[in-house]
Amino acid sequence: MLKKSLLIGLTAGMVFATGAFAQDPLKIVYIGKNTGNPYFDSITGGFEDACKSLGCEFEFVAPATAEATSQIPFIEAQIQRGVNVIGIAPNSPDALNAVLDSARAAGILVLTVNGDLTGNESHRDATILPTNFDIVGRDQVEMVGSLIGYEGEIAILSATTEAPDQNKWIVGMNETLASDPKYAKMKLVATVYGDDQPEKSTTEMEALLSNFPDLKGVIAPTTVGIAAAAQVVQSRGIAATVHVTGLGLPSEMRDFVKDGTVTAFQLWSPYNEGWLAVHFAVGVLDGSIKNEVGTTFEVPDLGTITINPNNSINTQASLTTFDASNIDDFSF
Amino acid sequence: MSLLRNILLRREAGIAVMIVLFCLAVGMVKPQFLTLGSLRIVLLLVPLIMIGAMGQMLVIVARHVDLSIGSMLGLTAMASGMMFRHYPEIWWPLGFALSIGVGALLGLFNGLLVTMFRLPAIIVTLGTLSLYRGITFIMSNAKQIDRQYVPSALKSMSQTSPIFGIPWIIFIAFGVALLTYWFAMHTRVGRQVYALGSNPVAAPLRGINVTRVTLLVFAISGALSGLAGILYASRWGFVNPSNTGNGFEFQVIAAVVIGGVSINGGVGSVAGTVLGVLLLGCVSAALRLLGIPGTTQSAIYGAVILVALLIDRLVRMQGQKPATAGARA
Amino acid sequence: MTDTAAAPPLARDAAPPRPMWHVVLVRPETMTLVLLVLGVIVGSQLSEFFLDINYILKSFTLSAEFAIVALVLTMVIIAGEIDLSPASNMALSACLFAWAQQAGVPMPLAIVIGLVSGVAMGALNGLMVIGLQLPSIIVTIGTLTLYRGLAQVIAGDKSIRVPEWFTGINAVFIAGIPVPVLVFALLSIVLGLVLGTTMFGRQIYLIGTNEVAARHAGVRSRRIRMILFLLMGFASAVAGLMTASRLGSVRYDLGLGGELQMVLMAMLGGTYIFGGRGTILGTFLAAWLLVIVTTGMIVANWLPAWQLCVLGILLIVSIIATNFIYSRTQR
Repeated sequence: MLKKSLLIGLTAGMVFATGAFAQDPLKIVYIGKNTGNPYFDSITGGFEDACKSLGCEFEFVAPATAEATSQIPFIEAQIQRGVNVIGIAPNSPDALNAVLDSARAAGILVLTVNGDLTGNESHRDATILPTNFDIVGRDQVEMVGSLIGYEGEIAILSATTEAPDQNKWIVGMNETLASDPKYAKMKLVATVYGDDQPEKSTTEMEALLSNFPDLKGVIAPTTVGIAAAAQVVQSRGIAATVHVTGLGLPSEMRDFVKDGTVTAFQLWSPYNEGWLAVHFAVGVLDGSIKNEVGTTFEVPDLGTITINPNNSINTQASLTTFDASNIDDFSF
Repeated sequence: MSLLRNILLRREAGIAVMIVLFCLAVGMVKPQFLTLGSLRIVLLLVPLIMIGAMGQMLVIVARHVDLSIGSMLGLTAMASGMMFRHYPEIWWPLGFALSIGVGALLGLFNGLLVTMFRLPAIIVTLGTLSLYRGITFIMSNAKQIDRQYVPSALKSMSQTSPIFGIPWIIFIAFGVALLTYWFAMHTRVGRQVYALGSNPVAAPLRGINVTRVTLLVFAISGALSGLAGILYASRWGFVNPSNTGNGFEFQVIAAVVIGGVSINGGVGSVAGTVLGVLLLGCVSAALRLLGIPGTTQSAIYGAVILVALLIDRLVRMQGQKPATAGARA
Repeated sequence: MTDTAAAPPLARDAAPPRPMWHVVLVRPETMTLVLLVLGVIVGSQLSEFFLDINYILKSFTLSAEFAIVALVLTMVIIAGEIDLSPASNMALSACLFAWAQQAGVPMPLAIVIGLVSGVAMGALNGLMVIGLQLPSIIVTIGTLTLYRGLAQVIAGDKSIRVPEWFTGINAVFIAGIPVPVLVFALLSIVLGLVLGTTMFGRQIYLIGTNEVAARHAGVRSRRIRMILFLLMGFASAVAGLMTASRLGSVRYDLGLGGELQMVLMAMLGGTYIFGGRGTILGTFLAAWLLVIVTTGMIVANWLPAWQLCVLGILLIVSIIATNFIYSRTQR
C-alpha cells in the first residue's frame, strides 16, 4: 500500500517537475513589407497554421509604407516584447543591419523570409527563399519563349530598380538569352520598372506597347506587374498578339487565365514559406536542427529540406507553372 | 480694367504656350510624341488629377486648402470596391452614387471642423488625411479589392466609348471642368466663393453666409474626391488600402498652383487649372517616352513647379499690381 | 506681461488682468504636457513592455533627427513662414556627403560639403520666398520635390555606405542618454533661450504677428527670415548626417515623409500655423508626445490602421484645444 502510494506520488512529482521545466510557448513574429499587400497574407497563413500545429504564439505586424527604414521601430518593439523569433521580409538590404544585430544580441533568431539582405547576410541567421533564385531567370525566359514560338521581341516589366531578387533574375534572363542558341531569335528590347506599383506598372506597360508595336512577349516577374500588364492586354483585347507571363498570384490571375488573356505563368507557394519558417525556427531553438550549411531536415508536407551555402533555404526546388489546367487547385 | 484682363489672359496663354513649346521640343526628339496615340496616353494620365484639381481650386480660392483629398479618394474607392465585392450582381453605376455621397460627407466633416471651431484648414485636413487613411485600412481589414471584383463595365469606361473611341473617363473629367466653370462664373454661390476668398473679413458684411459657403466648398472637394475614387477603380481596375490615392494631394496642388491659382485666395481660373493639369500630364508622358529613369522624374517635376512659379512672378512684376480682386474666366 | 494686482474698480471697460496661475498654466504647452502624461499612462496599460526608460530613449533616437529640425521649424512658423522641404534637404545633403566620401574626398571635407549644400538649399528657399515674394508653402512644396529628385539623381536607387567609425551615433551614450537625445535637449534649451529672451527672438514674434507693422517699426524682417531659412538648411543638413550615421548608409528616400512629422510636432506643441505664437518648450514636449504615442502603439502591436487614426484624431484634438486656449487668452 505504502509502496503503491509512494510510486504514485513519485510519478506525480516527476510529471509536475517536467511540467515546471516545460517551455513557455515560443513567440514568433513576422514583419511584412507593408500592410494591405495580399502576397504577405499567404505567407502569414503558413505561419499561423504551423504555429497552431506546433504550439507557438504568432503575430503579424507591418508598417504602413514599404520604405527602407519603416520597419526599424517595429523590430525595436519586438525586441522589447521579448519575442524568440523574428521573421522579416526586408524593405532594404542594409538599413536594418544595426537593429537586427541588436536583436540577435538579445538572443532572438532572425530569419529573412521571402527575400534576403543582399551583401549583408551576416546580419541574419538564415534566409527562407521561395525557390532557387538562380534558375528563375532561365525558367521565365523558357516560359515566354514557349508562348511566342521562340521568336520575336520581348520586354521585361520589373519592380524597383534596386530589388536584389529582381536584379538577380534579370541578370539570369539576360545570360540565358545571350548564351542559349534556343533563344537566338528572341530579342530583349526593353527593361522597364513599375516600382511594384499598379499605376506605374500599368503606364509602363502602355508605354511599352506604344514604343514597340512589334512586341510579342512580356515577362513581368512581379505579382503587381503581371496583373497590371494582363489588365492592359485584356482591356485592349490584344491577347492574341501580346503574350504576358511572369510571376503571379493564382488568386489575382485566375480570371485572366480563364478568359485566355494569359496562357500560363509561374510562382511558388508563399504559404509554404511561412510553414517552413516556423518548423525551421522551432527546430533550431529546441536543438533538433543545426543551423549549418549542408544540414538536412524534414518538414511535414514539404519533405526534405537542405540548408544551402550562406544559410539559405529554398522552399521548393523550382517554379510551379500555373495554367488553365491547374489554376483552380490553389487557394492563394 | 481691360489691361488687367490682358494680364490674366496672358497668364493662361502663357501656360498654353509652355505646353505647346514643350510638346514641340519633345516631338523633335521623339516624333511619336506628337501622335494621337500619345495624346491618348497624356489624356489618360490626367482625368483623376483634373477632377481633384477642380475641387481643390475652389477650396484654395476660398482661402483654404484641403490636404486630405488623397485619403478621401482612397476611402471612397474602397467603399465602392467593397460594395462590388459583397454584391457582385448590383447595378454598377450605384458605385458612383456611393463614392460621391461618401466623399461629400467626408468633405463636410472637414468643413465642419473648419467652421465650427475656426481651425486652420491646412491642419485640419492634415489630421483627416491620417484619420481617413486609417479608417480605410480598418474597414477593408487591410485587404485590397482584387481585379475580378471591379465590374468590367466600369473598367471599360477608361478604355473606350462609342464617341470616337475616346474613353468615357476623359469626357467625365472635362465635363467636371465645364461644370466648375459654370459654377464659378455663373452662379451666385460661385461668385461668393471668390468674394469670400479675396476678403474674408468683408464677406459677411456683403451678405455672404460664410459658414454655408465654406461648408459647400469642402463638401464639393470631398464629392469630387469621391468621383475620382470610383474612377480610380475604373482606370486601374483594383483598389488597395495603402496605395490608392497616396500622394494625390501633392500632384493636384502642383497642378493648381501652376495653373495660376493664388494661395492667398480670390484668384484662379478654371482654364488655367485645366492647362496646369495638362502641362503636368504632358511632362509626365514625355518623361516616360524619353526613357528618362524614374529616378530623375521627381526632380523634373519639382523644377517644373518652381519654373512655373518664377514665370508667374516675372509676369506679375512686368504688368501692373498683381490682380487680387475678382477673377476672370 | 501682467501684474497680479487687481485692476482698480473704476476701470470698468478694461478686462481684469489674468491671474498669474492662469498665465502659467492655461497655455497650449500645458495641454501638450497633459496629453504626454496621458500617453504614458495609456501606453503602460496597453503593453507591459512599454514603461522602460531605455526603450523609450532608444525609440526617441529614431525620431530625434526630425525633432531637432522641428525646433528650428517652430521658429520659422512663428515668423509667419513655413518650410516643407527639410526632409528632402536632409536626404540631398546626406547623399552629397556620402557620394563625396565614397568618391575619395577626405571625411572632414565631405562633411563640410554636406553642411554647405544644406545651407545652400535653405538659401534657395529663402531667395524665392523673400526675394521673389512667393508664398513659402508653394515654394517649399516645389523644392521638396526638387531636392528629393536631385537626391535620386545622385544616389539612384542604391544605398551608399558610410565608414564604420562614422556609424552608430545613436548608440553612443553620455550619462545613459543617447547622443541624439542629448543634442535635441541642448538645442531646445539654446533655442528656447534665444526665442524667449533675446531681441532676435522677440522680433521673430513681431514679424509673425504682423509683418508689415514690424517692418515699419524698424524690424529687419527680410534679413531675419533669411537667417531662419539658412538655419533650417543647416539644421536639416546636420540631421541628415546624423541619420546617415544611425543607419550606416544613405539612400535617396532618407527621411521620406519627415516634413509631416516635423509639422506635426510643431502643431502639437501649440505653434500657431499663421505665425506669431508658439514656443520651443511646446515643440520639445510635443516631440516626446509623438514618440510616446507611436511607440506605445507599436509595442502593443497595434495595426498601422489604428495608429493612423489615433494620430489624426490627436492632431485635430490638439488644434481645437490650442485654438480654444488662444482665443481665451487674447489680450
